[in-house]
Formats: sequence, structure tokens, C-alpha cells
Amino acid sequence: MDLTTYYLGKRLKNPIVPSASPLSRNIDMMRRMEDAGAAAIVMYSLFEEQIEHESFEIDHYLSYGTQSYAEALTYFPEAADYNLEPDQYLELLRKAAQSLDIPVIASLNGVSKGGWIKYAKHLEEAGADAIELNVYYIPTDPVLAGDDVETRYLDILHAVKSTVAIPVAVKLSPYFTAMANMAQRLVNAGADGLTLFNRFYQPDIDINEMEVVPSIHLSDSSANRLAMRWIAILHGKIKASLAATGGIHSSDDVVKLLMAGADVTMMASALLKKGPEHIADVLRDLEKWMFDHEYTSVEQMKGSVSHRSVRDPSAFERANYMKALNKYKLLV
Amino acid sequence: MSTSDTKPQESAAQVTIDGNEAAAYVAHKLNEVIAIYPITPSSNMGEWADEWSAQGRKNLWGTVPTVVEMQSEGGAAGAVHGALQAGALATTFTASQGLLLMIPNMFKIAGELTPTVFHIAARTVATHALSIFGDHSDVMSARSTGWAMLASASVQEVMDFACISHSATLQARLPFVHFFDGFRTSHEVMKISQLSDATLRSMIDDTLIFEHRRRALTPDRPVMRGTAQNPDVFFQSRERCNPFYEGCPSIVEATMKKFARLTGRSYELFEYVGAPDADRVIIMMGSGAETVHDTVAYLNAHGEKVGLIKVRLYRPFSMKHLLKAIPPSATTIAVLDRCKEPGASGDPLYMDVVTSYAEAIRTGIAPATSVPAFVGGRYGLSSKEFTPAMVKGVFEELRKKTPKNHFTIGITDDVTHTSLPYDPAFSVEPADVVRAVFYGLGADGTVGANKNSIKIIGEETPYFAQGYFVYDSKKSGSTTTSHLRFGPRQLHAPYLIEKANFVACHQWFFLERFDVLETAMPGSTFLLNSMHGKEQVWEHLPRQIQQQLIEKNMKFYVIDAIKVATEAGMGGRINTIMQTCFFAISGVLPKDEAIAAIKTSIKKTYGKKGEHVVQKNFEAVDKTLANLFEVKIPARVSNAVELPPAVSAQAPEFIRTFTGTIIAGKGDTLPVSAMPEDGTYPVGSAMWEKRNIALEIPVWESELCIQCNKCALVCPHASIRIKVYDGAALANAPQTFKSMEYKGTEYKGMKYTVQVAPEDCTGCGLCVEVCPAKSKKESKIKAINMHPQELLRLPERVNYDFFLNLPEADRRTVRTDTVKGTQFFQPLFEYSGACSGCGETPYVKLATQLFGDRMLVANATGCSSIYGGNLPTTPWTKNGEGRGPAWSNSLFEDNAEFGLGMRLTVDKNTEMAQELLTLFTSELGDSFVREILEADQSDEAGIYEQRVRVADLKKLLKKSATPEAERLLSLADYLVKKSVWIMGGDGWAYDIGFGGLDHVLASGRNVNVLVLDTEVYSNTGGQMSKATPRSAVAKFAASGKPTRKKDLGLIAMSYGDVYVARVAMGANDAQTIRAFLEAEAHNGPSIIIAYAHCIAHGIDMALGMTNQKIAVETGYWPLFRYNPRLEAEGKNPFKLDSKPPSKQLREFTQLETRFRMLEKSHPERAKELALLAQEDVDERWKLYEQYAKGTNGKPTPAAEHAV
Repeated sequence: MDLTTYYLGKRLKNPIVPSASPLSRNIDMMRRMEDAGAAAIVMYSLFEEQIEHESFEIDHYLSYGTQSYAEALTYFPEAADYNLEPDQYLELLRKAAQSLDIPVIASLNGVSKGGWIKYAKHLEEAGADAIELNVYYIPTDPVLAGDDVETRYLDILHAVKSTVAIPVAVKLSPYFTAMANMAQRLVNAGADGLTLFNRFYQPDIDINEMEVVPSIHLSDSSANRLAMRWIAILHGKIKASLAATGGIHSSDDVVKLLMAGADVTMMASALLKKGPEHIADVLRDLEKWMFDHEYTSVEQMKGSVSHRSVRDPSAFERANYMKALNKYKLLV
Repeated sequence: MSTSDTKPQESAAQVTIDGNEAAAYVAHKLNEVIAIYPITPSSNMGEWADEWSAQGRKNLWGTVPTVVEMQSEGGAAGAVHGALQAGALATTFTASQGLLLMIPNMFKIAGELTPTVFHIAARTVATHALSIFGDHSDVMSARSTGWAMLASASVQEVMDFACISHSATLQARLPFVHFFDGFRTSHEVMKISQLSDATLRSMIDDTLIFEHRRRALTPDRPVMRGTAQNPDVFFQSRERCNPFYEGCPSIVEATMKKFARLTGRSYELFEYVGAPDADRVIIMMGSGAETVHDTVAYLNAHGEKVGLIKVRLYRPFSMKHLLKAIPPSATTIAVLDRCKEPGASGDPLYMDVVTSYAEAIRTGIAPATSVPAFVGGRYGLSSKEFTPAMVKGVFEELRKKTPKNHFTIGITDDVTHTSLPYDPAFSVEPADVVRAVFYGLGADGTVGANKNSIKIIGEETPYFAQGYFVYDSKKSGSTTTSHLRFGPRQLHAPYLIEKANFVACHQWFFLERFDVLETAMPGSTFLLNSMHGKEQVWEHLPRQIQQQLIEKNMKFYVIDAIKVATEAGMGGRINTIMQTCFFAISGVLPKDEAIAAIKTSIKKTYGKKGEHVVQKNFEAVDKTLANLFEVKIPARVSNAVELPPAVSAQAPEFIRTFTGTIIAGKGDTLPVSAMPEDGTYPVGSAMWEKRNIALEIPVWESELCIQCNKCALVCPHASIRIKVYDGAALANAPQTFKSMEYKGTEYKGMKYTVQVAPEDCTGCGLCVEVCPAKSKKESKIKAINMHPQELLRLPERVNYDFFLNLPEADRRTVRTDTVKGTQFFQPLFEYSGACSGCGETPYVKLATQLFGDRMLVANATGCSSIYGGNLPTTPWTKNGEGRGPAWSNSLFEDNAEFGLGMRLTVDKNTEMAQELLTLFTSELGDSFVREILEADQSDEAGIYEQRVRVADLKKLLKKSATPEAERLLSLADYLVKKSVWIMGGDGWAYDIGFGGLDHVLASGRNVNVLVLDTEVYSNTGGQMSKATPRSAVAKFAASGKPTRKKDLGLIAMSYGDVYVARVAMGANDAQTIRAFLEAEAHNGPSIIIAYAHCIAHGIDMALGMTNQKIAVETGYWPLFRYNPRLEAEGKNPFKLDSKPPSKQLREFTQLETRFRMLEKSHPERAKELALLAQEDVDERWKLYEQYAKGTNGKPTPAAEHAV
């Protein structure tokens, strides 16, 4: 069975790639993922805030209240060096790139066109095979037009692309008025791949405390529909790799997304729930399914049920929604 | 390696450091074992040593010195003694009482002829008051120990003499005290030559180290040392050491000569400077000699003939060398001591000189003819300024036929008239020295920036640089004054700048507090951080400032540094901006060079904390010059606004005349007669010191308030008060005074007010954080919200005055056992100078609300004694009846014993009063006497009634003139219950005072111990104590504390009859209050271990109470009460008051820099220690659960093994 796929110009042994998650915070876990069959790893995300604010924060708390009172001119010993989050990231990336055989993709997250972008260069130097750029901007300002937001994405991508020679994939949110056009513009701006979609953290409200509280819940398979549609639509229309992420839990999910046109399928929630070894199970099931259905390669399957390959492309368009609505029955 | 007399190849590096770092540098290079304990101003030496060892820095012989923190200075001395006996090169650092605690060991170390050097930042020994500042009273107290004593007068000398003493001690076999003036030298930053490794190697003879090791105690060549001796031989043994003392001075002399050959810097045992034919000479030691040195040069250049003998080697005192130094022409000699030995025939150095000279005459070494007249004088106690003007005053006195003996200089003694007059205007400052004075806030980074500037100038230019920093006595909102000198020659000016050619004021409001231009010279420059632009600023300046700018013909620049800082994303940190302005205006360096140098220094300071903070600082520098403007000074004064008086005219006389003078920064002008004779001061003075340091203060929204009173409970400064009162009292209420109906049943129909003290609040925001009431319409609005203070100051001042005059609650009717109830009681601890958001003071204040009117407080030295008792004011106060806590601080180590002593007296007085009372049974009636003797004083009503009875008794006794009646009258107040509280921090309770605390807990006496557990020595800057938890970073635990926290509660519980509680107000305030009440009610020893968040934790202080809550939720700080009374009732005395941990420890540790820092500095170790710390939490919880479930709950040995 040939599970080979190509992503960001790299030949991968199969289409399963763990996406950015806390699992890649240490080298042992990354090894376990590789051993379980991961074809590449997207490392956990390095955030703009970490790059920009951590040093400020450290400086603030270490100097807070100092040089004010004669008996306590400082409150902490001075360290010879501070192992900052970005440094830790680079160190781990360096280790991963050296010790793993599979490609390691670094994940860089940010919202503004600031100094943090130059970290892309550091990531490249540390041995990243590619960078996944995650722009997670929430445009809360009513004055900001859609075009301004889109320009920001493109500007950031430009800045990163002009900094590094390695491929850059852009991880997107689904909230674009013209998703396909945005995808095209990103590709025109140099994106080597698109990762669909970013799951925004959705805060919750504690009604007793009247407070906004963080709520983290892991995805399930139903979450992959959004990516499935857009991958199906974009497949073959843009010249860039496509990665599906969000709600990939089983081999069926993998098959679906490959058929929609994904080059790789990325997993996080499933691995957090079941451990890195789940990759091996999914791969085994995938091979079995392909064997049972007489597929010989992933390439064969890729895009076979995409927008342009299906008899009725409108199924990915409005009709789908209409049909769904028509079938809906009142449960109460 | 053998000694070599050749000059080292490498040239000496120039470094800009303070005296403590200079001493630590040499000590760390030349020792193997370093035992330390924090005490101001020497703590930094230990901190340096610990930091360097944690960083793996090696000593001269390639090994990293072992640095161990001990439980006290006594412990440090013991550890060093042991280390020396076992053959190590060992040292310690200390000061003041710390040195006194070392004395017993020092006698032994000297008696055993053991080479070592103790480095001492000489500090005042506490007498009528504690003082952290410098004089020689500590080292003089150690002069009988038999140690050699070498005095450094400057930062350069500290480095040099540290080396010379380490070298000499090995040769002489006498231990050395190497001392220098606390703060003045220990904290003065100076550009000096650093000793190279090669020089140090040349100075230390390794064969002597081998000899020291050969003398060590080892089972391979056993001997014994430390015998007990009898009258037959002790005396002779004691005399056996004489040759070593006789030989020591020439050894030091030779060592100094060798040092001079290596470095070019030569010193003598007694060093004469001045006219060879001087008629008047001063003999002295320490930093003051530098001042005299410069003054002597100046006076001689102006035609006088004066001289100075700097005493370097004070012990062994070499008469021979001293005589050589005294010029034969000298007719009058003043010996100056920086200490006072009351009752002695003279102060120590004076006595040494006079005795020596008399002996020299008698033995014919000195000529019996033309004997100079010797007088002794005192100067500079507790870092009192010692200036060239005072030196001139002394020399003037020496001109007299019979100069005053035993004089003082620098004060006005109008009681015993010891003081000499002097002309304060006299100055020897040369024209080519830049003298800059900067006024800043602790929080704005002024001092840090100035320390940088000194380094820049010291290291980037051939200029010599000096910096000294003055702080006020408050921990929040403190003012700092930086004194910087730069000049082409080595600076010998260890005194504050009195004539500045550059003055910078970094905060506008200082202009309204004190005269910032007082030191400005004619033609000098003034830099002001101003929100008013160059066109507008003039009109806003107070009259005094305008007038001086005109009259002194000054240059005047303004910058809106806050605006620049905000634009550069620096928040309120204006340090680099003001620093850039200084360089731009002062012209010490060419502008471009200066800016490049500032940037290099920013990179050095912030580089390791990340690139981003560096960039932001660069941005601030770049934006500065465009925002710096020169102001054209108009010809006329246009403002009539004067500086307001320091305290209100309504204040009592003592506060106005004495306290107010200190607050105004003029304490130096107070004469001796103004001082209380015995260190006794009135309470209730903090209320007169309106500091107005809060930018924002809380505002009460009565319509949202649920009347829980939590805001008042947590307020660290007693700046939120609550009263419930009759509505009729509102008749004359100010317009904006708020009130609402009381919601509960107990005061139905009455009014309720939450009032903020606008000028006393420090703006910490704890009240807002704990307020549980939120607007139904907008969740961010609470019943207490922060608003800018400036607009609220006047109306709320009026409201607060009105509020204070509302009647206090009737203590008999208030429910004391509820959070709400306690906050209707008047706090008798208010407006302290503690850190904004302090975690300790809410507990102290609560105790005064509950028991303040009958409380005696023994307060261990530490934060609580400083914010409790540091002049000018005290937060301890009294109620309307004139009752309140009686407070005292004895020492750091003896506080439990001190408090027990108070209890013993109270008990004895009560007993005597009761005994006497029974004598009056027939006279007063049996029932009256019995009522008093058998009164139930277990609640407020009972105490109230007893007070009424005692008042009646006193009235009756006054009519009787018998001696018994008089005796009973003097003791009658002790028939009313007294509550003895022993308070202190964890440094006291867990470490230095633990032995005493343990004994007091075992005494069975009715004392209440309150441990304010911040888990570090907060007052001295966050050093590790045994209360420090595993994995936290603290000073002396730079790589994280490897061991678990001591469980003081368990230890106390093991006595069985001790009431023990562990509380955290932010997690469970009701439990805290129950614990306080139960502890006080327990007729025996009780101890409350109270979690106190602290600035030394590196946290957002506004969230202190939230952190406490999470500390409890994670099991980091379980809450319990152990009440022996329950056991008597057949119940389990141990009650676990917190729920099983619901969160991982990490959720707490992530909130605090003390834990997070380890992840940054030692990531691997941080992981290991974090795992162990979680285990500590889990295991302790298991153990506590066993107690809680057990039949009697007592910790058994078996249970303890389970830990």
C-alpha cells in the first residue's frame, strides 16, 4: 500500500501529521509520535505574546518594588541567564530536527506586523523543515473593514516569506467573506500551503460569578465538516498544499478529507485523548480500508470527491444546506 | 604555588561597584566555605557569594565555594568555626547585632589562632532605637575578642584590604575583622581598580594554606582543641598567644608593602596625610577619614597647617606605628570615634590613643616634652552626615587653648552642650566635579538608571564616578535621592551633595512636598519631568522654585517623560528617558557617544531578559531628545503658592514640631533637647502623615453593596472603614457623603457607610478584587471601584473627617465572630508604610480590631517592626478612650522570649492586684471584691463590665491613703484582661527565633503568637528561610530551594496544649477570624501561622488574596485549627478547614515569579523540584487527613514517619 503524500514540497510517508498541540512540548512525546507513524510533526505554537511580552513580564516582576527601600534594594537573585519561552522553543526545535527522521514544522502565531516575525528566521536556523504561520486575529474593532483584516494576513505572510527560504503554510480561520479568494490571494502572496482550519478558543461565561472563563473542549469528528467543504472546494484550484485540521479522529475521517482533496490530515484532540499511539491505529485502519476498497495509493484517493471531481459540485454549495434543512425535523 | 613579588602582567580592570561587591569579590575568590545570614547592610555580600556560586563561578584555586545560609549569625559563626577547624578557608559577612551574635565564637576562633577574615559592613547597634545605618558601635563591641581589625575607608580600600587581610591572617594566624562603614561604603558605587587573579595569587602564600590544613582536625592525625581548663593553667594559656599579637602589625605592614609593589597602591598601619609641620591633627578611621583627607588638603592649600592620621590596623593596636605617624609639630590632636560608649572615660579609639601615648611617654618612646593635647570627639552615629564643614569645625576648635573634650560634631546638643559649632556653608568641592542630585520614586526606576549612568561614565570615560542613594523609610511610594559625582580625579567625598550643579526632579508632586532646588548652585541646571509643556510649566511651579530658578540664574529643561514612556510602550518606567536627558544636558559625554553608551548598557542590563525589552528601551531613548525642551525663565516670580506644612495644624504639638520636622526632611536640624530621653514615642502618628501616594483610590457604590465588609477586612492600610450608626448623625453630613440603610436585623433602622481614607490609601486594589458584588447590568462594575485620586482628594477628605467623627460601634453588641462584625471595630493599626497591597498588615490590623484595647505586642525585627515602628510615624494607635496596643521591638532573635516576659509581668501584676484586693474585702464589701476577682472576661461585655468595676475600685482607692491602696491603685488596671501578642515574620519564627519560640510554646503561658509567613526574609530583600517552600527561588537559594518547608504547625501541635492554627485570609476569612478568637481565648500558648503574600513573591499585589485562595485550593497552604480544648471535651482537636486539593500545585506556582523564575534560570532542576513539591503537597494532605480522621488527632511518632 502506498501511503505517500506530498506536503509543502516534501515527500511524506503517509498523510497523518500531528498538529500543533501540547504533545510536542517535549522530545520524548515527539519520538513516540514518530514511532507511532506520524509522517511529520507540527510543533506546538510559539506566540507573538510570548516573544513580545515574556521579557517585559520577567523584567517587570523581577524589578517590581526594587531600589525603593534601603534594606531590600532587590527581591530576587540575578540569574546568569533566562531561559525564555522562545529560547526553549528553539532549543526543542533544534533537538527535534536533529533527532527525528520526519520533517518538523514549526508553528508561529501572531496578530501584528511586529518584531516577532523575525523569529521565523530563528526557526529556520534551528532546523525547521517548514513553518506553519497561524494568524489568529479577532477583528473586534468596528472601524476595521474586511479588506484591512485580509491585508494584515497578507502583510504578515509577506514579512515571513521574505525572511525565510523554507516553505510556509498559513493556518487560517474560516471567517472570511470570500474564503476561496482569500486562499488564492495567500497563495499568490507566497503561501506554500494552507491549513484549514484554526479552531479559535471559545470562551464561556460563568453565570454565577458573572465572569468570562476559559473553556477548552476537544473536538470530535463532526468538527471536520468545515475543513472538508473548503478543502473540497479549493482542491485543484489553488497551487498550494492543503492540510485538513480539526475533527480528524479516525481513519474514516482521514479518508474523507483525502477524498475532499487534503494532502495531509492533522490530528490533535484525538491524540490528546488517546495518546500518540493512536496514530498507529488510524494508519492500520486506513490501510485496511484502502485494501478492502482496493485502493493502492493515497494519491489515487486525493481529491476524488472534491468540488471539481464530483458529479454535482453544488452538493458542496448551497444545496447541501437546503437539503439539510429540508430533512430537519422538529424534535420537540 | 609560592609567592612571587613580580608585578602581574595584566593591567587592573576598572570596575564600578559598591563596597559590598568589592568585599564579596575578594572573599569569594579566596574562600572555600562561606556561611551566611542576612542582615542589613551586609546582606548583599552573602547574596553576591550565593549568586556567584549558583552560577558556578570558581575561586582562585578552581573550585566553586560552598555557600550555606544559617539560621542566625550565631549559627554562621559556629559553622565558620567548624569549617576552619576542619581546615577550610572559610568566611562570613555581617553587621551590627549579627556581629554581636558572633562574639562567643570569635573569642574561640582567636583563642585557637585560626586564620579567617569576617567582612563587616559596620552598623549601629540598637539602643534606644534600631538603626540600619552605619557607625562603629558593632565592631567596637567586638574589639575584645582578640581579632585583628582592619578598617577600610573607601570602596577601593574595601577591595584592597579584603585581600590584605586574607593574606595577613594566614601569616599572622590571627583572625581578622575587615570592616567598612555600612551604607556609606557598603552601598556607595565607585569606580575602582579590580584586583586581578594574578595579584590575588601573588598575595596568598599557598604554603600557609597547607599549614592551615595541617593544623585541621582530622581523624587521620587526631588532636583535640576546645578543652575546659581550670585556674591552674587557663591564665598562662591565655598569655601564650602574645607573640602572635606582637608579630601581627609588622606582618600587616609587610603585606601592605608587598601589595603596594603589586598594585601601586600603598597603605600604612597609621597613615599620615597633611602638612609635615601640622599643628593640629585628627586621628580617625573609616569613611570619614576620606572627608578629612580632602578637607586637610583644602585647608593646607589655604594656608593652614593641619593633618590626619588614618587608622588602618586598629587591632592589634601598634603604639610604635602610631607614634611614628604623629608629626612632632602637632600641638593638639582630636581623636574622632564613630560610636558612643556611654559612661566610659572616653570613646574607644580616643582611649586607645591616649593610653598608648601616656604609656609611650612613660616608657620613653615618646618625648615627655611637647606632649600634644588630646581631645576625643564623636561624629557620624547612624550614618549622620560628616562633611568638610564639620571637619573644619573640629580644626577650628583645636585652635583654642583648651578645646572641648568629648565633643560631638554634626548635631546640636543643647542638653549637655557637647556639640561644636561649624559653618555649614563651608565646602571643598572642586569646580571640575559634576555633582548631580536626582529626586525620584522607588517605583520609577531612578536609582537603577543612575547606577547605570555611573557605570557608563566609570567604564566609558576616564572620569572617576561615585554614586550614593538615599531612601526614605517607607516601603511603598518611597522617595529616592541619588547623589552622583563625576570628576577627573579619584573622588574622596563620602558625604551627600550639598552644592549641586545639576538637579533632576523625576516626579512633579515632589515640587509640592519639599524644596527640590535647595542644593542647586548658582548657574546650575534643573531638569523636570513635567506634564506641562515648556510654555505652560512656569505658571504651575511653586513660588519657591520660581524664585530660585531666577535668583540662582539656572538653566531649566522639561520633558514629559510619562508621555514618552507610554508612547514607547514602557508603561510608567521613565528611567531610561530621564537618564538620556541627563546625558543630553549635562554634557558629561558627547551626545552621540552618550546615547551609544546608554544603549550598550541597556543591552547589558536587559539583554538576557529578551530582545524585546531591549528594543522598547532603545525606542524610549530615541524618542527622548525630540521631547526635551529648554524653558526660558521669566524675569519675575508669578506664583504665590507656598509649600504646605508637612503635617496639619490640628496635629498635637509633638507631631507638629518633632514628627513634622522629620517628615519635611529636616530631622537633622532637631536638637538633642527635642529627643525623648529613652526612645519612648506617642502612638497614633501615621494619621498625620498624609502621603497621597495612590494614583487611584476605591469609590463605594452603595446601591450595589451587599454589606459583607470584606473590603475593610483585607485593606492593608486600614484605609477603608465601615461604620453603622444612627441616621440622626447624618444631619450635618457633607454633600457627597454616602450612606445606606443597614441590611441586617441586628442594627435594623440604622445607617451604614463604607468610607475611604483618600490620602492614606496606597491604591493597591485588594478591596476591589475581593468585592463580591457586581452590577447586574455591567459585570465589571463592583460595589467598590478604583477612580483617580486627584479629583476625589478634597471631597473625600471632608467625608473621611466626618466619618471619623461618627460614633464607634459599641463593642458589647457587635458580633465578633463574623467577618462583618469585626470590621465594625476600630482598627488600632492604620496607614502603615508597608508595601502597597501588603499581605501581612491585614492580619495585624485584624488583631487590633479584636483585641487592640487590651493588647501588648512584642514585635520581632523585620518588615512588621519597620512598618510598625520606623520613624517618623507609627501606625499603632489608640481608641477614643485612650486605650490601644502597647508595642515594642526588642531584637530579631529574642521576640518570643520578649513577649513571654511581658506575659510574666502581666500575670504577676494581676496576681499582686488580686492579692491586694482581697485585703480590702471588708472595706469594699465581699461581693464587690468577689465580682472583680471572679469576673467573666471572656467576651467584650464581660471586659466592659470589669472595666467599670475597676474604675469604681480606683475611685474608692483614691479616697484611701494607705500604702496598700496606693499599691493596688498602681496595679488595678491589671484586673482587666490583657492580651499578649508575639508577632513576627518567618525569618524570626522558623529560623533565628525558633529556639526561643519553641521554649515559649512549651511554657504553658497565655501568649498568642502570630507568624506572618511570607516564606522569605522579606525585610532584607527576600532571602530563604526554613519557611521557604521547595522549588521557590529566593536569595541564598538562587537555584531554587531544594528542601521542603518546615511544618511549624506540626511542631507546635506536638506539645498538645498549644493552640495551633494555619490561616490564609484570602482563602477563608471566617476561619481566620475564628482562629484569632480561639487563639486568644485559649488559656495557654497559641500560635497562628498566617499566609502572607508578599512583594518578594514577584506577584501582582492586587491579586494577593486571589493567590492565597489558589494556594489553599491547590493544597499548597492547607488550613487547620488544633484546639486543645476540644480534646478535653473528648473531641478531635484537629480540624482541617480546607477542602482536598482540587487543583495541581502548578496552578498556584505559575502565578508567582519566585517559582516561575526557576523555570527560566534552571529549567531542568525546576522540573525535578516541581515534582517533589507536588509530592510534598500530596503527602502533607494525606497526613493532615489522618489527623482530621483520627480519634485524638495528635500527631504521633508513627504518623510523623508517614510524612
